[in-house]
Amino acid sequence: MDFMVFQYPMISVQACLDGILLGILFALIAYGMALQWGVMNIINIAQGDLVILGGYIAYFMYLYGIHPAWGVIVSPIIMFFVGIAIYKLVINKVVDRDLFISILATFGISILFMQLMNFAFGADVVLANSDYGTTMLFNNNVVLPNSKIFSAFISILFAICLVIYMKKSKLGRAIRATAQNARAAKILGVDTEKVYAATFGINAALCGVAGALISITFTIHPYMGLPYTIRSFMIVIVAGLGNLPGVAMSGMGLGVFEEFADYILGTEFRIGSVFLLLVLILVYRRFKLSRKREYLK
Amino acid sequence: MNRNNLILYIGILIFGIAAPFIFPAFKVQLSILCVLIVLATTWNIQGGEMGYNSFGNILFYGLGMYLCASVQVGMFFPLAEWTESGGEKTFVHTPAQFFQGMAVGLIVAAVVPTIVAGLIGYSILGLRGHYFAICTLGLGVAAGEISGGIEIIGAGQGFTTPPFPNVGSLDSRGEFFYFLSFFVLVLTFIAVRGIYSTRFKLILNAIRDNEDKAEAMGIETMKYKIVGWMISAFFCGLAGGIMGGLVGYIDSTDVAFDGREMGVFMVLMAILGGKGTLWGPIIGATVFHIFKEGFWTFFLGWQYVALGVLIVVIVIYFPEGIMGWLREKYPERFGEVVDEKDRKAQVELK
Repeated sequence: MDFMVFQYPMISVQACLDGILLGILFALIAYGMALQWGVMNIINIAQGDLVILGGYIAYFMYLYGIHPAWGVIVSPIIMFFVGIAIYKLVINKVVDRDLFISILATFGISILFMQLMNFAFGADVVLANSDYGTTMLFNNNVVLPNSKIFSAFISILFAICLVIYMKKSKLGRAIRATAQNARAAKILGVDTEKVYAATFGINAALCGVAGALISITFTIHPYMGLPYTIRSFMIVIVAGLGNLPGVAMSGMGLGVFEEFADYILGTEFRIGSVFLLLVLILVYRRFKLSRKREYLK
Repeated sequence: MNRNNLILYIGILIFGIAAPFIFPAFKVQLSILCVLIVLATTWNIQGGEMGYNSFGNILFYGLGMYLCASVQVGMFFPLAEWTESGGEKTFVHTPAQFFQGMAVGLIVAAVVPTIVAGLIGYSILGLRGHYFAICTLGLGVAAGEISGGIEIIGAGQGFTTPPFPNVGSLDSRGEFFYFLSFFVLVLTFIAVRGIYSTRFKLILNAIRDNEDKAEAMGIETMKYKIVGWMISAFFCGLAGGIMGGLVGYIDSTDVAFDGREMGVFMVLMAILGGKGTLWGPIIGATVFHIFKEGFWTFFLGWQYVALGVLIVVIVIYFPEGIMGWLREKYPERFGEVVDEKDRKAQVELK
């Protein structure tokens, strides 16, 4: 236990800023999860592994001498097709089945991806160095890497683009219609199969962007996928489906929580505290809902 | 119990007792098979019969493993010094101490997870469907991560369980663990079979089919759900305790709270054999273990790839499992009366 946070207020400021910038990234991943959950009623455990795969694409560009920031454009394009391939092979067979089936099937995909990435890229922790330097704030007491600011900015940009796309384009309208009522959409001539494939592709592309940003700002490792899945799941259940400001806010909240947990409990308990928080949130939600049910009685 | 069944059970019992002498090279594998069957069968109590698909039974398994080993060491020696010394043993258990410690350890390993399940059950089992699944997944991983940070049980470097003392011949270690796990398997089977012939099982099925309706019929569903989970936890803890001694080394995320392996295996075995049947998990575990050992030996390094593909294939193409397939093929054997006319009409409809 380390109570430096309370003795030096600047560390709190640092943790808050780090957490907010990190949380924006989480929110981007969670937005993808909310999209597929809302449209296809699927919980994708492989979400985090898609993120890590996207990160490796950016990392490989870095290895071949291209600036990793270009990964933000290349990675989603590749990931879009990876997502569509996964949809065609597995997901379209579980869409209208029990939710548990989809959880288990995507858990299988997650294990498969984890191991294939381990074979292909090795089990080392890697990062793509962007050489962006750092920004000093508050009398040099707070250090912010520019790459974090860059990644938060890009995340917001992508989120805004996606929201506009969903509002204005024909496919976006079809996706929203399918989310509201798949059967009615089908009757009115929406090719739901295509919509599902596109949704999963868009989700994978979002994961690709997030992954590329994570490989620039933090580190990636083949086995680090599951925590990202859990984080995005947590953000979605706190914010609710289709509530973008809520997703952004709870993403930032989670980021700040994690940074403080890191400072106070120590880094070895960081992932553990995320998973515990998930359990606590679900239990809280359960008691809140049961109280609501009692009112009805 | 009719006569045929009795002959079958006695046959299996005799085979089980004779197995380590028929296949002396596979004693460890047979013990692991027994543990796997116990895990699959008890997962089935709340996963298959109650409809609460948990990824978190690994929590009780890992808890049992750590508790059994800690009690076994802590009864006679200081625990902190034991874990600190790691592989080089400064303390040696005498045979009497070893067995005494194991007995007490197994009791603790069974009782404490049961209590834990009872305590957390009220909060966790109120969740429905996928929320429950994800929450238990989180519980399992959190337990692994947290136990990996606790110094007294070895933290990241792992915990070596007491080595088997020198008694009898060289084979006695394998035989001891085999008969221990086989005993637990028989115990589990008798208990589960007993449960499945009572009203309790019907209540669990009612909860699976429609919980709100069951509640409306006056069943206190929460009570039964917690008891069902506690039964699972009891046997999971026992299985974990045995497995810890068998493996000889406990690591927080790779052996004890191994959600990626054991945690998925128990779900997979139950689904492969057929959820919600007595024999399904047993058949599923046996088939799975044979298949897995084949893969693990011949495709070393690719086992997780095979595992991932296997999960996807089983879940998509055989969600009913082996027993479900048999049931569809030979409904008469399962005591279902088939109306031939109705069946033909259905075939024509298809």
